[in-house]
Amino acid sequence: MTPKAVILTADEVRRALTRIAHEIIERNKGAENLALIGVHTRGIPLARRLAEKLSTLEGVDVPTGMLDITLYRDDLSEVAQQPIIRETQVPFDLRDRRVILVDDVLYTGRTVRAALDALIDLGRPAGIQLAVLVDRGHRELPIRADYVGKNLPTAASEVVKVKLQETDEVDSVELWDMEALR
Amino acid sequence: MNAPTSMGARPPHLLDFQDWTPERLGAILDNADTMLQVLDRPVKKVPALQGLTVCNAFFENSTRTRTSFELAARRMSADVLTFAAGASSVSKGESLRDTLEVLTSYKVDAYIVRHHAAGAAHLVARYSGKPVINAGDGRRAHPTQALLDAYTIRQEYGSLEGKKVAILGDVRHSRVARSNAELLPKLGAQVVLCGPATLLPPGLASMPGVTLTTDPKEAVRGAHAVMALRLQRERMSGGFLGSLQEYADTYQVNDTLLKEAESSAIVLHPGPMNRDLEISSDAADGPQSRILKQVENGQAIRMSVLYHLLVGRN
Repeated sequence: MTPKAVILTADEVRRALTRIAHEIIERNKGAENLALIGVHTRGIPLARRLAEKLSTLEGVDVPTGMLDITLYRDDLSEVAQQPIIRETQVPFDLRDRRVILVDDVLYTGRTVRAALDALIDLGRPAGIQLAVLVDRGHRELPIRADYVGKNLPTAASEVVKVKLQETDEVDSVELWDMEALR
Repeated sequence: MNAPTSMGARPPHLLDFQDWTPERLGAILDNADTMLQVLDRPVKKVPALQGLTVCNAFFENSTRTRTSFELAARRMSADVLTFAAGASSVSKGESLRDTLEVLTSYKVDAYIVRHHAAGAAHLVARYSGKPVINAGDGRRAHPTQALLDAYTIRQEYGSLEGKKVAILGDVRHSRVARSNAELLPKLGAQVVLCGPATLLPPGLASMPGVTLTTDPKEAVRGAHAVMALRLQRERMSGGFLGSLQEYADTYQVNDTLLKEAESSAIVLHPGPMNRDLEISSDAADGPQSRILKQVENGQAIRMSVLYHLLVGRN
């Protein structure tokens, strides 16, 4: 089975993250008092990579955390199987920090809504911004990303697969037909 | 996001552990880790069960189990209807089934049932059409207590595989002992039940992973966890014991007996305790005691059980 299209190669993923890191610095006038929180699963390595880039560019160690949104999903009554809850780890105080929430794909916006709820229950950050590697459209909630690696208009029948070294041993973004994956 | 199918079919109720695979039981323990994290946060509440109503149906007195379940349900954002038999029409002679029909008309989504009769939770499960959690039925089962015991041991050692758990005391009347004897071997532990012969039903020896002994030193030797059971004084009138003092002299969990156990062994008790009878104050309050930890873990385990049974049922 092959994807319909390769949207981003490993080099393009790297460049997109570098660009996002620059945009974060520009918008926040540096990297002080920032925090990066990745949403399970692939948001976590993306957040760590962005932290590394911010450290290289600005010489600032930006703390990173991980967020699981399972207990905040609004479709829990509809899931067929038991969702597995994964670890939430935010080992720093959110107060007075600007938090960059990081995820791989922005789609309906429901995951981000749940992540915002989960984050606010952990503390009261000075602000929350959203960074995603791919924005594929089809929003069901009034949510938009502050930093986007690639805007990708898609059909609802398509699937965007983000692969990362840390989880999939390769960096790429692919577009698949849902039918082909069944 | 979804659990792998290797966990086996999801049982609709938690009445005992008969239909529960080790994988599903492991998932409950794993998810309890997250629930403990929730309990440590400034906002000790998640919206996972928002809109659902849980009925705490307690036909037998209980304070800590009832409050633990009630808090667990509230922490998950469920509404809680608390039903205490003493203050209800049950005391006027209403049957369990009639009471259940009344509760059902309140659109309850799950039942937590404590009853003095063995099998009562099964009866509720048969008629309610909703998930039922057994919060203790007669002498038969108290599964969430066993889960929190297992969780507390796992917290200490990382796994239950190969661990020896000694349970001492009034095994005959203890639903906690029975549930632990059913659960812990499923998770890889070995259980030794110990007490005077009059309080040690020989039939329990046929359970896999369970052995019986009347010798407390033998029971505790090399144990990783030592659990004292509450001696139910109200049930001791049947000539089960020579005297309470004689019982305490032989079977009390105390520092002397604990010397036989692993040096890292932890001390457990399901509560409420009869201090200086089945457990000495030194053992109950000492560095090996995890009795208060059990209480804290109980809430996390009950949150995890509610989540496991209620999410995705609509």
